[in-house]
Amino acid sequence: MTVMDVERGQSAKYQLQVIDCDIHPAMTSWKEIHPYLEKRWIEHLAVYGSHLRHAFSEALSHPRMSPDAARVDAYPEEGGPPGSSLDLLQKQHLDPNGVEIGMLIPLRWNPGSQRNLNLGVALTRAMNTWQVERWIKQEPRLRASVLIAQEDTEGAVAEIDARGGDPNFTQILVLPRTDEPLGRRRYWPIFEAAVRNNLPITIHVGGTGGHPSTAGGWASYYMEEHHMVVQAMQAVLASLVFEGVFERFPKLRIVIMEGGLGWIPSFNARMDKHWNRLRSEVPQVKRPPSEYIRNQVWFTTQPMEEPGSSAALIDLFDRIGWDRLLFATDYPHWDFDDPRTAFKANLSEAQRHQLLYGNARTFYGFDE
Amino acid sequence: MTRHVVATVDQIPPGRRLLVTLGGREIGIFNIAGEYFAIGNRCPHNGASLCKGRIVGLVEASEPGCYQFSRRGEFVRCPWHGWEFDLRTGKSRCEPDRTKVRSYDLKVEPGGALTDDTLRAETFSVSVEQQYVVVEI
Repeated sequence: MTVMDVERGQSAKYQLQVIDCDIHPAMTSWKEIHPYLEKRWIEHLAVYGSHLRHAFSEALSHPRMSPDAARVDAYPEEGGPPGSSLDLLQKQHLDPNGVEIGMLIPLRWNPGSQRNLNLGVALTRAMNTWQVERWIKQEPRLRASVLIAQEDTEGAVAEIDARGGDPNFTQILVLPRTDEPLGRRRYWPIFEAAVRNNLPITIHVGGTGGHPSTAGGWASYYMEEHHMVVQAMQAVLASLVFEGVFERFPKLRIVIMEGGLGWIPSFNARMDKHWNRLRSEVPQVKRPPSEYIRNQVWFTTQPMEEPGSSAALIDLFDRIGWDRLLFATDYPHWDFDDPRTAFKANLSEAQRHQLLYGNARTFYGFDE
Repeated sequence: MTRHVVATVDQIPPGRRLLVTLGGREIGIFNIAGEYFAIGNRCPHNGASLCKGRIVGLVEASEPGCYQFSRRGEFVRCPWHGWEFDLRTGKSRCEPDRTKVRSYDLKVEPGGALTDDTLRAETFSVSVEQQYVVVEI
């Protein structure tokens, strides 16, 4: 008998090889980005703070089922919020879970929905540099996302062009609660810049743009809101399709992150059915909507669906397209998917490898 | 069944827990207000370490707007996805027959009663006046 520390070692059975498309890094305080902010904005934050179009500016709209929406076991011993310790990220996640490449998705502080657009742009610039200096320079397995203040198109495009070509950055990050539906023409210069710099645009659930988080208004419960993230993702995709964005930018690549998967086939079928009948209203949509989705949209797998039978899950993957699925864990959040247990289906080793590693390697160009 | 002496009672005070490995299995021993429970450490859903979960009670509602809180401290809530497991049975609250973790027989016995070979093989010194936590697997 031995009394053990509670740590999960690498399973000897599987030699895991993983690309994790969704890791949330945190700051211990705003001060972490002071070195990359102009003095004017440091003073602004000290005097006025940040201002989102959202009550309780620094808080989430609903108390999560656990504080910080985090795994209970992800609090660093040295203090600070989950996701703020590189050491713990390595020991608890990157090393035991075989993560060769991990994508940083900074969510808090929401520079994309700051009402003061100049502050938003300054924060994106600072937080983009912060990702490189604080994380990637200490841990080369990590990659950054280009945060943009999408409501200031000019500032957003300048930031994309500034980071394009820098191999530390693999994608552009936007949260779906934008001021207008994302396909509207005011955002097109952002799509143009994404294509010009060969960067996909990743849309991760959440945001604080001021619109209620469900189409029926503000939800009472976290569990209620948590289901409704699907609505936001459907609104984004419908807007991109029917505004003609995919037609106008055939090389644009979109990643839908953490929006679930089960709804995608029925959503596609419904759009196709209506397009067959109502196409003349949107002549810019030249092909069935599902074709644009199939060709230009990828989906991250977490939170993995658990339909209760292996066949149902495999059927879902067949219908979405196996090559469109990118593995993600969401570390350190509570709904973390473990690469060993996430897929409750009888997958071949080749299928498992494709989902956990191969697809993301091809999609992000890591094999070039 | 093999009996394993895992600790003296004062090594697991009320509200505390101990993770042990017995026969290659990780088992969490919980002391809830002086009562001891033993369950497997691995969450049957996705493998998280249940020993790191919070101890919770049962919140139920007879109708919207009314709620009852009962069985304080008798469930462990998985540190990841929040599955609640009854420490007495190892069964989850929501899928008791399908999603469950093994619970183990556990006894507290005085040192004087422990005279079998298992105890003698332990390396720590045994004072027979003490009370011991014994798990059967």
